[in-house]
Amino acid sequence: METDIQKNLKKNDWFKYIVVFIITLGLFATAGGLSNFFTNKKIQTMRDIQDKLSTDILSSETQFALLSELSCSQNDGQENLSDELSDMAQKIEYSESNFKTNETATELKRYYTILEIKDYLLMKKINERCGKKRSSILYFYTTAENCTECTKQGFVLTELRKKYPDLRVYSFDYNLELSALHALLKIYKIEDTKLPALIVDEKKITGFNSIEDIEKLLPKSMNTKAIPKTKVTQ
Amino acid sequence: MTSIFGFVFYIVSFLAVYVQVFLLVTFFENRKKIIIRKDAITLHEYPTVTIIVPCYNEEKTVLNTIDSLLELDYPKDKLQIIVVDNASKDTTWEVLQNLASNPQIKILQETKIGKHNALNKGLENTQTEFVGCLDADSTVHPESLKRIISYFVNADTMAVAPSIVVRNPKNILQYAQRAEYDMAHYNKKMLAFLGGIHVTPGPFSIFRKTVFEKIGIYRKAHHTEDQEIALRMQKNGLKIDHCPDAYVYTGSPNSIPKLYRQRVRWIYGFIRNAFDYRELFFRPKYGTIGIFTLPSGIISITGTIFLLFFSFSRLYEYVAKKVIESQAVGFHIVGDNLFSFNAFFLSTKAFVFISIILYILVVIGLLNGRKMIYGREKYTSWDIPVFLVLYSILAPIWLLKAVYNAITSHEASWSDERDYLIENKV
Repeated sequence: METDIQKNLKKNDWFKYIVVFIITLGLFATAGGLSNFFTNKKIQTMRDIQDKLSTDILSSETQFALLSELSCSQNDGQENLSDELSDMAQKIEYSESNFKTNETATELKRYYTILEIKDYLLMKKINERCGKKRSSILYFYTTAENCTECTKQGFVLTELRKKYPDLRVYSFDYNLELSALHALLKIYKIEDTKLPALIVDEKKITGFNSIEDIEKLLPKSMNTKAIPKTKVTQ
Repeated sequence: MTSIFGFVFYIVSFLAVYVQVFLLVTFFENRKKIIIRKDAITLHEYPTVTIIVPCYNEEKTVLNTIDSLLELDYPKDKLQIIVVDNASKDTTWEVLQNLASNPQIKILQETKIGKHNALNKGLENTQTEFVGCLDADSTVHPESLKRIISYFVNADTMAVAPSIVVRNPKNILQYAQRAEYDMAHYNKKMLAFLGGIHVTPGPFSIFRKTVFEKIGIYRKAHHTEDQEIALRMQKNGLKIDHCPDAYVYTGSPNSIPKLYRQRVRWIYGFIRNAFDYRELFFRPKYGTIGIFTLPSGIISITGTIFLLFFSFSRLYEYVAKKVIESQAVGFHIVGDNLFSFNAFFLSTKAFVFISIILYILVVIGLLNGRKMIYGREKYTSWDIPVFLVLYSILAPIWLLKAVYNAITSHEASWSDERDYLIENKV
């Protein structure tokens, strides 16, 4: 004997099961769409910051070229870049771990890397010509494998950046496909088996280095700022 | 999120969203058929009914329960009450003697422990057309029996479940349960429309007496005989309906250990009964129960447990990162990102939006259930977020325990639960 439940199911319900499936798919597509929309907004934010960075660096370069024969005591326009660079570094790091499948994140990172190198070169030039001694750290890490030492090193550098506002920290992903970066790796003979690697004022050190280790390599005259009792993200 | 976790998350959440959408579509199809009667009704005829009240150590509550039955608006000569003392260790039996003089009430003793034994003892002594049971910690609304009986106008309807409402919630946990029960009304009514109800709850489900003649009496059924009988009815194609305006007020656990024990028993029962009736799964001939109800129960159990592991893995990642950080630069308790909120770092991954959609669907169901029961006046309340938060934390724990018990066949019994409560004075 067939009950009305069974009849009912045969008559209507398969259709309903399919309709509900389509609605559910629609909801998932909406979730995916929203995710994309907000991720794109973030990427746009990062683009905006990079554009500003790029303009700032270009402006510094131009200013430097114009004023090269004049006094070095003038503001070289580089003071404010540190914060922007580190803000960008944070966002790049976030996007790396959060939009893994996104090509755009990698593209942004390439651009950022070039900006870093440009800024580094400009700073070196200013140092040479004006006899200034602005310290810098080039930091090489890897994303190809799970590098705990790199994570630790990242925290140390964040802390250092906070302690020495004048210190420039440039971080480079060893595995990034970028010819300018490859050249830099070649110059400093960075090997992927010895990561993390640091170039502190042209001196190379590899493996994890604590704040104290790095401080030994920095000039004693560097301005420090007391570290507030708070944590800093990389 | 690692890729395996991600994959499982999407599968489980897809199924969970599917279940909620299915219920919602059912709601829109049938919402005009949901009847809530505020006033007293009169039936054309009043069939004879027996209500069995099984008691185990209920000296404090049983009289209230009986009083509420005596106050039912139903002809006295058509309503018989059978109270079965199931070898209580307290003074229940003595308390019951106060009722002996009432001709409507029959007092029996069942020495074999087990609610199913008590119920069967009552059934043996039932001669009426309809029979139901009422747990001795519950009371009924005076109109509820008439309202339920009115559903039996449909000759195919073999049992009708009531709406169970949390009686006088006092603490946060009980308010959270109230919200949960309101969601259950919605789920149950939708399952009723689909013909897929999987439990005829102990408090005041009413059956045609012929049900027990056709499919047999109550069984031990992992201490959830109210689930087993419903599944057995479904297997035999007997229709179960739900009467949303038949209110039954039930005591709710007022502490986490009590709630934990109750839920472990319920879910353990669900898993074991679902396993016993596994032949129903995905078999169209059994209707909604096998295609939808039982699988969605399994999905919700799996989903919640997955949520637990998912949360733990996130917590682990966070702690691991903190440990690395403290190794590198020392330990700082307060993070400055706590103060410098930046919308950029809010997650915009798809799983976040899927979770939001799922929560919204659950809340819509809950609100529909609430509207069904109380009307619009109590539509929203603070207990809904409390329920969502509290159950997100607690439910995975009892689910995990129930699953563990089900696998290791560790039974959680009705009488053990009560003995524990008495011994621990919780």
